[in-house]
Amino acid sequence: MKRAREPLTKLIYTLLAVLPAAALALPIVLTLTNSLMTEREIGSNYDWLGKMGDVAKGQQDAFVNLKLLPDWLSFGQYAQLLLRAPVYLHQFWNSVGLSAPIVAGQTAVAALAAYAFAKLKFKGRDKLFLVYLMAMLMPFQVTLVPNYLIAGKLGLLNSWAAIIGPGIFGAFGVFMLRQFMAHIPAAYAEAARMDGAGHGVIFRRIVLPLAKPGLAALIVLLFADQWNMVEQPLIFLEDAFKQPLSVELSRINEQARGVGFAASVLYMIPMALLFLYAEAYLVQGIEQSGIKG
Amino acid sequence: MNRRGALLRDGRAALLFLAPSALGFGLFYLVPFGMGVWYSFTDRTGSGSFAGLENYREVLASASFRQAAANSLLFTGIGVPLLIALSLLLALLLNRSLYLRQTLRTVYALPLVVPVASVALVWQIFFDWNGTLNAWRHALHLGRIDWLQSDGSLWVLLLMYLWKNIGYDVILFLAALQAIPASYYETARIEGAGKVRQLLHVTLVYVTPAMVFVVLISVVNSFKVFREAYLLEGDYPYGRIYMLQHYMNNLFLSLDVQKLSAAAVLMVGSIVLLASFLLRAERKFRDNLE
Repeated sequence: MKRAREPLTKLIYTLLAVLPAAALALPIVLTLTNSLMTEREIGSNYDWLGKMGDVAKGQQDAFVNLKLLPDWLSFGQYAQLLLRAPVYLHQFWNSVGLSAPIVAGQTAVAALAAYAFAKLKFKGRDKLFLVYLMAMLMPFQVTLVPNYLIAGKLGLLNSWAAIIGPGIFGAFGVFMLRQFMAHIPAAYAEAARMDGAGHGVIFRRIVLPLAKPGLAALIVLLFADQWNMVEQPLIFLEDAFKQPLSVELSRINEQARGVGFAASVLYMIPMALLFLYAEAYLVQGIEQSGIKG
Repeated sequence: MNRRGALLRDGRAALLFLAPSALGFGLFYLVPFGMGVWYSFTDRTGSGSFAGLENYREVLASASFRQAAANSLLFTGIGVPLLIALSLLLALLLNRSLYLRQTLRTVYALPLVVPVASVALVWQIFFDWNGTLNAWRHALHLGRIDWLQSDGSLWVLLLMYLWKNIGYDVILFLAALQAIPASYYETARIEGAGKVRQLLHVTLVYVTPAMVFVVLISVVNSFKVFREAYLLEGDYPYGRIYMLQHYMNNLFLSLDVQKLSAAAVLMVGSIVLLASFLLRAERKFRDNLE
């Protein structure tokens, strides 16, 4: 009797878990499906956004008409986006240009530092690591003014370098990779050291390859974070043509709404691909970072 | 080689490995923070003369700082426990045998990588005065709520925070749950513990060490909702979601460097206190467990 009941309980619990998953996926799915509507349909569905209905004309019950599926499947938004709105494409590449050096730089610098924190013994190690940990917790605004002044002195204002510099040396990478490397058994390094390997060799040949999931997870998380950047460009970049797409997308107004969903999808694609490609690593990396090493 | 020699050799290697990170970290974080502390004690006129605690007094007395601090505290105070409770619940659910388990975890984690700006349009459509949420309320014969221009804005922001971060916490909790040896549950069962007692005395106890890290990450991420607030409502959103970051950004725009620095030092102080408390609590708990 018990055996007969088991698939049923399993099904019930699955359904319980599917509900929140559906809710979480909804905004993403809606963005995707709405990007396949014609500009006209978008116009008629969402014309009421940000407007007051005229009660005298019987419009007090006016609402937007959120639809999951388009009436007509159309790639018109994407065509518009590519042909007539080059500003989005330009800013898409700005996002790439800002994020990629930060992700690459922080991963490299952090891997080196994390090795020292996880695998070497030196005076003041734990205290210094605590400083990194605390810095990781701080919001961007804390060092805003001095960073701005330093960038000004170095002549970096209104240039990407003012954002990329601090980005590369963010503390998150050091923290995450240190947690990950701490789980790599010391025996591997010991054995190599017996064979006369120095730290440079141990780092490159043993720790780095074993830390691959951690590195992959860091790259995904960093990319997601940088791809989202809002505060830094607002402060450091004056010219609109230097801004990343993350800032611009929020300013999509009524005129541009027709391509807004397609632009949003375009902006999701690199992250979605990276996520699907590296998901197993991402999960493993996050897990290890949470378990005390 | 004696112990001291090994330590010294490590020290030299450590210096090399740490140098790139430490130099940049010093230049972009530690030096700026030190400068900030200095500014916070100087006079507003720009003469650089020592002003004592005047800037702190002014910041603490300012109504907008108080409001922003209260809002940030309220948001983090509600958001973090809510996020932790919900993600623990989902992790417990995912820890059972389910159909589609991997797929479900993938979907939970997906918002983590979806750019905030990409779904901003959908949020707008949901929470507008003429938006979907109000259309539903209307269908139920309830009045409209101006979600972004009322205290409802806090809930809107909380929802976005939960949406974005629940996957991260679920993964962390799931790892902690799977690390609990099955034998602990068996022992509990043999001693006659029911499901509820097992949950309270085995599951929750052994998940607690992971909790500290989850709380820290969740607090960090709760500061990041400024992005969502900014993307939806700009520099001056409705009062309830005017966060410390809005306050500091606006001080920056009005070039009030000294006050901004004092506010930053106060913020750093509170975060350091909170984090030290959590880390100490964790150590105590761990010691008791062993």
